[in-house]
Amino acid sequence: MLNSQSPLLHVRSLSKQYGPSCSSCARLTGPEQGTNICPECGGVVACWEVSFNLFPGEVLGIVGESGSGKSTILRCLNLDEPPTTGEAFHSGVEKGKTNLFTLSSQRKRLIQSSLLGIVYQSPHLGLNLDFSAGANVAERLLIQNNTPEYRRIRKRTSSLLNKVQMPVKRIDELSGAFSGGMQQRVQLAKALAPRPMLLLLDEPTSGLDVSVQASVLDLIASLQRKTGVSMLVVSHDLGVIRLLTHRTLVMKMGRVVERGLTDQILEDPQHPYTQELVASVL
Amino acid sequence: MKRKTKRLYNNPNGCLLSVENLEKTFCLHLLKGIRVEAVQSLSFQLQQGEFGVLVGPSGAGKTTVLKCIYRTYLPTGGTIRYQCSDNSIVDLATCSEQMVLEIRKTEIAHVTQFLRCAPRVPAEEVVAYPRMTQGISQKEAVEEARELLQRFAIPEKLWQAYPITFSGGEQQRINLARAIVQRPRLLLLDEPTASLDGRAIERFLAALESIRKKGTTCLGIFHNQDMVRSLATQVIEVRPLNGVYIDRAEITHFRQVS
Repeated sequence: MLNSQSPLLHVRSLSKQYGPSCSSCARLTGPEQGTNICPECGGVVACWEVSFNLFPGEVLGIVGESGSGKSTILRCLNLDEPPTTGEAFHSGVEKGKTNLFTLSSQRKRLIQSSLLGIVYQSPHLGLNLDFSAGANVAERLLIQNNTPEYRRIRKRTSSLLNKVQMPVKRIDELSGAFSGGMQQRVQLAKALAPRPMLLLLDEPTSGLDVSVQASVLDLIASLQRKTGVSMLVVSHDLGVIRLLTHRTLVMKMGRVVERGLTDQILEDPQHPYTQELVASVL
Repeated sequence: MKRKTKRLYNNPNGCLLSVENLEKTFCLHLLKGIRVEAVQSLSFQLQQGEFGVLVGPSGAGKTTVLKCIYRTYLPTGGTIRYQCSDNSIVDLATCSEQMVLEIRKTEIAHVTQFLRCAPRVPAEEVVAYPRMTQGISQKEAVEEARELLQRFAIPEKLWQAYPITFSGGEQQRINLARAIVQRPRLLLLDEPTASLDGRAIERFLAALESIRKKGTTCLGIFHNQDMVRSLATQVIEVRPLNGVYIDRAEITHFRQVS
């Protein structure tokens, strides 16, 4: 066989429930039931038994309507919050033998800041808007360095801002003063700071107007082409999915209803929901 | 040369591509689940170095066959056995997506009916990109891309422009250049010359001939009878029967591969 690689990220049966839960939750929710709120106990099943592999250099998309559980998966994988059940293995953490969710919070924090980079839909989740652009990016570099040297960090921060096409002379301006597009660029610079193997993008361009969205997407696509970083891209926009990803998971009501090559999902969708989704856009 | 002959032993009759009983049925859930049978029990084989041409009326399912081989469509039945450069046999109808992505990178290229590429990427980068994914440096890849653009007579001032702004014929030439640049072992061509004028067709045929000399096998859809006669080593007839799209394929051998 042609080079068969081992996955960078292996996710197994990831589930996340909010509020109460009962033994009927899984049975009474999902796309067939048309709800992700359990009628018995009122708990919310945000995502249920989601499994996938992400390979080095690969871009995997997760597409689905609002509330389908896409962002929940990303938050769990960024170790922001623990899943209810499930496992995730990262090949850069103990050769992929340890479930990330069982690690101590200190280890999680270290992994978060050295192996993962995330861009949230809303900048205030990813940035401290009361700090300067440079400080937001440098924070990541400081966590990694035990003996930080001001000049080196400053230099690297400038080059990162340059990489995301931010005017470096604005390095000391408050992040809150920037436009939406620029804030997404600062988030991207921050995410790229530790040279992560995996980039998590949560609707990275959703709130932006069309031309700014285009230039941020161009930037992401060209960074991916040049560095070969693996990415997990969550979006409800099939255009974004088509442009950036190799493979796609389609989610509805917390379940993965379809998965496949991105061009196959878009041209030969199998599940009724995916057919509806594709027919509504193209 | 000896090794090459040995390579061919793994597939039935030692062929590069063996399609057996291929079936593709679309289920349209939005239209009350009606089923459209696009391809039914189609079988044919391609030896390395051959040029197969799919012929048949519009709607017979020719494009569907190509898309199934490239896995843009998920076949609903049959096998598509492909022999990789390392001799292993892969069933493209069922193998992992990971494998398909790898094969698309290095083995099989697809020239679609219409160019589809990332917006706001300059023409030369669109053409260079497939080579870069093969591990060639950006500089070298762009050089190769420019060479091809030159050969396809794309004016130099357009190399930095976005292909979406190009004329139909120019777009199709970008489409071809992008496929040829990766030196595929199997090249799928879906009416590649439909929007080209006489001179552009000549240039395209010359480029095709040069990669065929290096061993690329082709499978294409052409409507021009003269072109079919001059290119094909095998004609695969795909025809609709009784209003059902395809029932069987008739294979005629035109000329032997030398």
